[in-house]
Amino acid sequence: MTRYILQRILYAIPIAFGVSVVCFSLVYLAPGDPLQTILPPDATAETIEIVKKAYGFDKPLPIQFAIWLSKVVTGDFGMSIATRRPVFDEIVMAVGNTGMLVVFAIPLAFSIGFSMGLLAGCFPGKVVDRSVTGIAVFGVSLPNYWLAIVMVIVFAVELSWLPATGMGPKGSDAFSVWRWSDARFLVLPVITLSMIPIGIIARTTRAAIAETRNQDFVQTLRAKGLGEMAVIRHVVKNALPGVLAVMGLQFGYLLGGSILVETVFTWPGSGFLLSKAIVNRDVPVLQGTILVLAVAFVTINLVVDLLQSLIDPRIRRG
Amino acid sequence: MSQTVVFPGSAVSPHEDQAAPETRIRSYWQSVGYRLRHDKATVFFGTMVLLIVLSAVLAPWLAPFDPYKESIIGRLKPMGWRGHLLGTDELGRDMLSRLLYGGRVSLLMGIVPVIFATCAGGALGVIAGFMGGKVNTGIMRTMDVFYAFPSVLLAVAISGAMGGGMSNGMLALTLVFIPPMCRVAETATTQVRALDFIEAARATGAGTMTIVRHHVLGNVLGPVFIYASSLVSVSILLASGLSFLGLGVRPPTADWGLMLSTLRQSIYVVPVVCALPGVAIFITSICFNLVSDGLRQAMDVRM
Repeated sequence: MTRYILQRILYAIPIAFGVSVVCFSLVYLAPGDPLQTILPPDATAETIEIVKKAYGFDKPLPIQFAIWLSKVVTGDFGMSIATRRPVFDEIVMAVGNTGMLVVFAIPLAFSIGFSMGLLAGCFPGKVVDRSVTGIAVFGVSLPNYWLAIVMVIVFAVELSWLPATGMGPKGSDAFSVWRWSDARFLVLPVITLSMIPIGIIARTTRAAIAETRNQDFVQTLRAKGLGEMAVIRHVVKNALPGVLAVMGLQFGYLLGGSILVETVFTWPGSGFLLSKAIVNRDVPVLQGTILVLAVAFVTINLVVDLLQSLIDPRIRRG
Repeated sequence: MSQTVVFPGSAVSPHEDQAAPETRIRSYWQSVGYRLRHDKATVFFGTMVLLIVLSAVLAPWLAPFDPYKESIIGRLKPMGWRGHLLGTDELGRDMLSRLLYGGRVSLLMGIVPVIFATCAGGALGVIAGFMGGKVNTGIMRTMDVFYAFPSVLLAVAISGAMGGGMSNGMLALTLVFIPPMCRVAETATTQVRALDFIEAARATGAGTMTIVRHHVLGNVLGPVFIYASSLVSVSILLASGLSFLGLGVRPPTADWGLMLSTLRQSIYVVPVVCALPGVAIFITSICFNLVSDGLRQAMDVRM
């Protein structure tokens, strides 16, 4: 077991390194000299030289990368060009706000998606199965930023039950999920974000349950006289690890992929920070946010793998 | 399904004089076609896909109005106003015409990256799978790095860093789809390579290129094609998402994602009209998804 954990962690390190290389090179994908974003347009040749030295742009690329990486590891992502605040502080706040959405969206998606998939898997080919499969396709094909707009139209504009955008008058610092006047701002973004995971989890669960039900041990259970509920309990236990892994992946996807939904709801999370950085051509923020989200994604995948091997010893041996 | 592909009584037997039951053995593609034709849902959604593509291609002939003609007095009108079947947008342009024209950009941005990524990723995957060893490790570990990004994030990061625009968006999407495509091709190639008939071909003196062309590709193309078809829907969603963020085409070009984004400010005036571009994206994405599911079943590809 310890060997497996070490192996997995050692495997994640080169990936994280590669991720940082990709993030570092994002600056060089930008058209023109990266210096142009910092310098005023009328800078003299002398100023350019000084700034170049100050930012280390006169050194060869590998050295630049090493310097950048050593700063990043200590949490120094540089200054935001737009707000002149440390990028790190902005990212911490934004990722926290996105995390709040995801922490509510994933359990919601799991409970709905898993129950749908379980029903469908227990009655393959029946009406239940076909309608669940249909709903799942809807969920997977849904442009969630459009759903976000429709939600705003229906529940904020037409019915005016819930607020359309933002985190409330007090902003993100004073936000508390335990107060309804704050928490109601969460409702629409959370429901919107959970739609795609519901579709994916329902599909995965259905497939896993249907496959497990066809295994020999289920027949043995029935042969020794177990009731249908008890059989299903065994089936669920065997199908669960795969579904949990998919749920973990979805957790990571939402953390990094909520950019469109956050833009619609102007929710001050990581995605909103990213889209602002794109509009302002704020490269340090863009780079830092993407690095943090990608490393978080790698870490989540690692944790999911390890948890899965804890639940299901077959994976360790395989 | 690995059962035999014999369907009794479905065609004229060449041996009618014999008393044996009429049977015919279909080739793989014939049986795929047979299954497809008898799958009503896939036929229906396939027709829908065809109609959507046709309406985009024929937009200049189908559109009732000029999609770029603005009108000060005709802004944000509801459906059916003065012959504007689906209403008008925030600059008084006809929605139906813009939706038809928008389909051209949205479909192009959805399909082209998948084609490029299929060629590049598929080739890399076959090379990795067939060569094995260090080449495989090198290629697949590089792909793993790109796997470490959620797809939306990677697309936004690349096209955002490059400053947006349609071609940058398509390049970003291509880069996003190469790693998963490569993995599918690599898995299929590795499986085929271990089979006996490859060794038999080598023993009879076939060169590497011959083996790849005649024995490997034939077995890899199925999964690769199915996976690519399932990517089209994802690609359309992502491409519209990029346009929605302002990273796709520039205004005034009609594009579903961009239209959704510019109409967002007007949801208090004509809510239904503002939701229309999203409906177009949603329907297109569902149709491509269901056709891909149907193809997967008909071609019997497991992934």
